[in-house]
Amino acid sequence: MDLLEYQGKQLFARHGIPVPTGKPAKTVEDAVAAADEIGYPCVVKAQVLIGGRGKAGGVKLAKDRAEATQYATDILGMDIKGFTVHEVWIEGASQIAEEYYASIVFDRAAKAPLVMLSTQGGMDIEEVAEKTPEALARLHVDPLLGFQDFHGRKLAFAAGIPADLIRPVGAMLSKLYATFVAEEAMLIEVNPLIITADRDVVALDAKVTLDGNSLYRHPQNAELRDPSAEDPQEQMAHERGLTYVKLDGDIGILGNGAGLVMSTLDVVGLAGGSAANFLDAGGGSKSDAIVSAVEVILSDPKVRAVLFNIFGGITRCDEVAKGLIEAYGIINPTVPFVVRLDGTNDVEGRKLLADANLPNVATATTMNEAAEKVVALAKTGVAA
Amino acid sequence: MSVLVDRETRLVVTGITGREGTFHATNNKNYGTQVVAGVTPGKGGQDVNGIPVFNTVAESVDKAGANTAMIFVPPRFAADSILEAADAGIRLIVAITEGIPAHDELRVYTQLKRNPDVRLVGPNCPGILSPGKASVGIIPASFFKQGNVGVVSRSGTLTYQIGNELAQRGFGNSSIVGIGGDPVPGSSFIDVIELFQNDPETELIVMSGEIGGSAEEEAAEYIAANVTKPVVAYIAGFTAPEGKTMGHAGAIVSGTAGTARAKAEALEAKGVRVGRTPTETAELAMEILGK
Repeated sequence: MDLLEYQGKQLFARHGIPVPTGKPAKTVEDAVAAADEIGYPCVVKAQVLIGGRGKAGGVKLAKDRAEATQYATDILGMDIKGFTVHEVWIEGASQIAEEYYASIVFDRAAKAPLVMLSTQGGMDIEEVAEKTPEALARLHVDPLLGFQDFHGRKLAFAAGIPADLIRPVGAMLSKLYATFVAEEAMLIEVNPLIITADRDVVALDAKVTLDGNSLYRHPQNAELRDPSAEDPQEQMAHERGLTYVKLDGDIGILGNGAGLVMSTLDVVGLAGGSAANFLDAGGGSKSDAIVSAVEVILSDPKVRAVLFNIFGGITRCDEVAKGLIEAYGIINPTVPFVVRLDGTNDVEGRKLLADANLPNVATATTMNEAAEKVVALAKTGVAA
Repeated sequence: MSVLVDRETRLVVTGITGREGTFHATNNKNYGTQVVAGVTPGKGGQDVNGIPVFNTVAESVDKAGANTAMIFVPPRFAADSILEAADAGIRLIVAITEGIPAHDELRVYTQLKRNPDVRLVGPNCPGILSPGKASVGIIPASFFKQGNVGVVSRSGTLTYQIGNELAQRGFGNSSIVGIGGDPVPGSSFIDVIELFQNDPETELIVMSGEIGGSAEEEAAEYIAANVTKPVVAYIAGFTAPEGKTMGHAGAIVSGTAGTARAKAEALEAKGVRVGRTPTETAELAMEILGK
């Protein structure tokens, strides 16, 4: 789960990490009130889960109330790379002497947290890593030992941090690591990590990704999920406990098992089609879960045809067939379906479908055949 | 021969008194696996369809001679259960549980690596099947028969799909190993491919990967340097968008890292043939084994 910048900063503040004073606002009035309270000059920052906000005009420095009003009006409702700005963060302007970069990444390949530090903050760090790899100091931490003070010094010296800042920057890394562990983050990135004119170390930005599997231990973080930022289908699927990802195409997909569904998207792509979604009905799906899933898929107006690709292991094909028949009783779909049932109780499932004789439902025996059929149907809109 | 599980396997199932635990422990037993014990703290002395239940894993080792553990407890208890099994002297731990917090997995992985005798398969995996010998996990065993193809996969149902395509073409399996779809799998492709390379019954290795991480790329390097048996691969997720978790916690493309294309290219560069669909993957296997 990705956090907005201000949510990340509030998380930092709880762990004693210095961040600029600020307030979130959802309306122009609230934004101006916040700016008045914080004082001028202040920064109006768009809160969206995408990089490149500054270039898109989503970050502005306001020197007085008139400018704050103007910028809040401009930024709220702005579209940044397909993300609508619903909220701004107003914070006091910082006196920046240096811009550094710090991050902690859950490194899957090394199976250890990776701490990185550079004096070349404020810019694209991937570019720094590529062009001047020596400018990016890196260190893996043994997760059972944790981050030690000497790790901080080692990184700070390696990154070429000035002598008077070695300890403060090391202490900052130590706090970031403690936050990474305590909040069970997958990523913490601070770009820029600034040195103020008074030589204080402050996190001027916060990019935080939390582990969705650990949210039960962090109820305060679980509440940060912002349903308004989600796509309506994804929100509906989330409420129903389905694993659903919205995509750009027009063929609705339902399968069982993440790998098989991913593979189904690919096979549909190879057949010349494009999937509207990823939906994993999971193992052992009962008919009511199938009804629920069909409702989510069809709530996307782009969907022109739907493919069910089931290889029954724990999932029984007759249960899937029952679910589809029930769904037809409840929602009367207007787009064609292609159903491929294979594996546990496939014969029973196919018989149920044949007996129900649903309008606009075609069957297929293999994945490739199913994909070809559904791609053709998405174009013509009528089942054979 | 086969790898990891066979007739010598003596299985203890943690979480056996839960609905899923009971169902699958019983299925494994009915398949012919020696399911010698279950563990649920506080329910020691009971039995589940004839399988004795103990309070601790250590007791199941002492009294029932368990040598392999299957973890079936809910995610919040799973890390503890894995560590308990390792502490009790179990050498093969198969974790089926899905949804274990990533930091728990990291701690468990790091701790287990300190004892090279302990092997963890999973978590978030369908388990291991050695057809005709033993089934530990949730793989629908009836689709598979004994044979010479070793399968290692990050996904459950995709394994069944590919396995079934192979079966329809007359192939059986030495073993099928699900390594799971989480960011920190206890065993990697490399760990299992090494076992298949050393298994006399296995003549061909099929690996099924997916987007996210770099395990397939690492396997490509390993295969080029160490594996003499033919390897055929399949990678799922060519059409997956960046930054979205595709069901499995580990299946996510971050920037340019972890794409299906990069994985397929890394494997092909090392001489591993990659099928674009499960069907094509089975056809490649058929071509190599000359059937």
